Amino acid sequence: MTTPLLQLKGVNKSFGPIDVLHDINLEVRAGEVLCLLGDNGAGKSTLIRLLSGVHKPSSGEIRINGRAVVFDTPRDASDNGIATVHQFGGTFALMSIGRSFFVGAEPTKKWGPFEVFDRKKANEIAVREMRQLGITRIDDGDRLVGGLSGGERQALAIARAVHFGASVLILDEPTAALGVKEAAHVLRIVLQARKKGIAVIFITHQVTHALTVGDHFAVLIRGMLAADFRKGEKTREEVTDLMAGGEAMAGLEAEIESHLH
Amino acid sequence: MNPNHTPAPAAAAPTAPAAATEGSAGTPKLSLGHLFRRPETGSLIGLLAVFVFFSIFGGETFLSTSGAASWLNIAAELGIIALPVGLLMIAGHLDLSVGSVIPASSMTVAIVSGHFGLPMPVGIAAALGLGLAIGFLNGYLIVRTDLPSFVVTLGTLFAVAGLTLGLSVIIAGSTSVALKSDPVSKLIFGDFIDGKFEVILLWWVAAMVLVDYILSHSKYGNWILALGGDKVSARNAGIPTDKLNIALYMGSGLCAAFVGMCQAILYNSAQVSAGQSFIFNSIIAVVIGGVMLTGGYGSVIGIVLGTMTFAIVNQGIYYTGFDANWASLIIGVLLLAAVLLNNTFRTMALAHASPRTKGKTSK
Repeated sequence: MTTPLLQLKGVNKSFGPIDVLHDINLEVRAGEVLCLLGDNGAGKSTLIRLLSGVHKPSSGEIRINGRAVVFDTPRDASDNGIATVHQFGGTFALMSIGRSFFVGAEPTKKWGPFEVFDRKKANEIAVREMRQLGITRIDDGDRLVGGLSGGERQALAIARAVHFGASVLILDEPTAALGVKEAAHVLRIVLQARKKGIAVIFITHQVTHALTVGDHFAVLIRGMLAADFRKGEKTREEVTDLMAGGEAMAGLEAEIESHLH
Repeated sequence: MNPNHTPAPAAAAPTAPAAATEGSAGTPKLSLGHLFRRPETGSLIGLLAVFVFFSIFGGETFLSTSGAASWLNIAAELGIIALPVGLLMIAGHLDLSVGSVIPASSMTVAIVSGHFGLPMPVGIAAALGLGLAIGFLNGYLIVRTDLPSFVVTLGTLFAVAGLTLGLSVIIAGSTSVALKSDPVSKLIFGDFIDGKFEVILLWWVAAMVLVDYILSHSKYGNWILALGGDKVSARNAGIPTDKLNIALYMGSGLCAAFVGMCQAILYNSAQVSAGQSFIFNSIIAVVIGGVMLTGGYGSVIGIVLGTMTFAIVNQGIYYTGFDANWASLIIGVLLLAAVLLNNTFRTMALAHASPRTKGKTSK
């Protein structure tokens, strides 16, 4: 087997006396979707912050292509090819699509002695990259990001990460705030990113979504890695039970069902 | 960026030529609908409304050249400060300290070149340098302490006002200092064109061009919008937010100092108390101009329209039969109306989807 693109080895994280993550070992390879499952408060957010350079592990190490790395800032993480897309995608609601796509990396052209922002080029690239991800409704890069739907914003953020050469894409609950149709579209985009050879870390608590796109699954419970398995090794019911901390959710579901009738 | 992954092949998309040849991604469509979705439209309507109002009640004198000069002169002085204050507001900040940078700069040029009799360029450089220094201090304090800019600049507003008063009395023995400027400085900074229009109007136009270049046509404009839109994301995207903040404050300090310096040269004297009215007037002009108070949105054309609207109300009242005190009422109502109207236009801009494809997200 090749070296994993991203690897966590014995990672611990505590904030003062509170142990948030305990001995996490994980790896994700290029062109693979790792689904990180867990209930609220399981430590998913902390794990993302470690990977995106917001926090540093208390102990243990993060490796990229087998080489240990330390991220001092979020910028370090993105320089190492790690891109994080948050739940609401594009955060600059009142900026145009073209402008927000290129924030911090604006294309410029010469205009006499001046360097001017190349709005046409920025808009063209942004629209084209979004089209590639199946967002065909958007044909004008001057439109404001705030006018996009939740799924389109996700697509914009993912398109941006892909365009700027991310090799690891962290998606933090991308489908949580979306309707069924939009969520399906985002899942399709996840598969497209995988096809490009990007390693995707997909954080969710929606088991169905995870099972649809995941190659590899990790379940976090109270800061510990409770299970680590590959596609097809567990059923939906088993995964749900795992996430709930080993309680038989099936029984609970049946009980709720009986109350409803 | 990661060298192991090349994004280039991704560009060879089947849909790409269509988008490129249509050119629809780059060129804005000029239609009435498009115009109405621009949030500055509210500012334009406001400006036209007050202009028509004062044309009716102010009559011919308001519409004469001297009438136009009276509000344009006010607009120019306010406008030079409103532009950088507007940039700061787009970036999510306020600058109240302009209110004391103006008199501090006036007094500096008057004391250096009037009281001590040094050459005018020295006095001008000292005044502008003072503005830059106060701007740097504001920016540095805000970046380092992460305190709200309202509080920090309120502090420097009072501190600089106190220093100006105290030092003026110690050095010049008075709160008002006379300044006799050389003809060249007078011509460039404090003269009248045609006996009515202050030369500072030309400086205002220059400031518009410069600020419009920064905001709409340089990458720094993108940084400013991003900083006001979401500070954390902007920093994560690699924007040097601290430097940008400091530079923006130095810009407003410089512009406020410039106006103070020009006033001293125009009136041949400086007073320690001039300038307090600019604090709120600049904010009002910027907000009427459609800039979002919380940051992330705004334009130069909007700020200019807002400034002109303010100046028309402020001066136009003298051409009507009404008591001048009513001007504040009009400005207050106008401010509230502008904010509401701008919100409406912004909502329209955000909600817009062409009806043909509305609700269709995937292929």
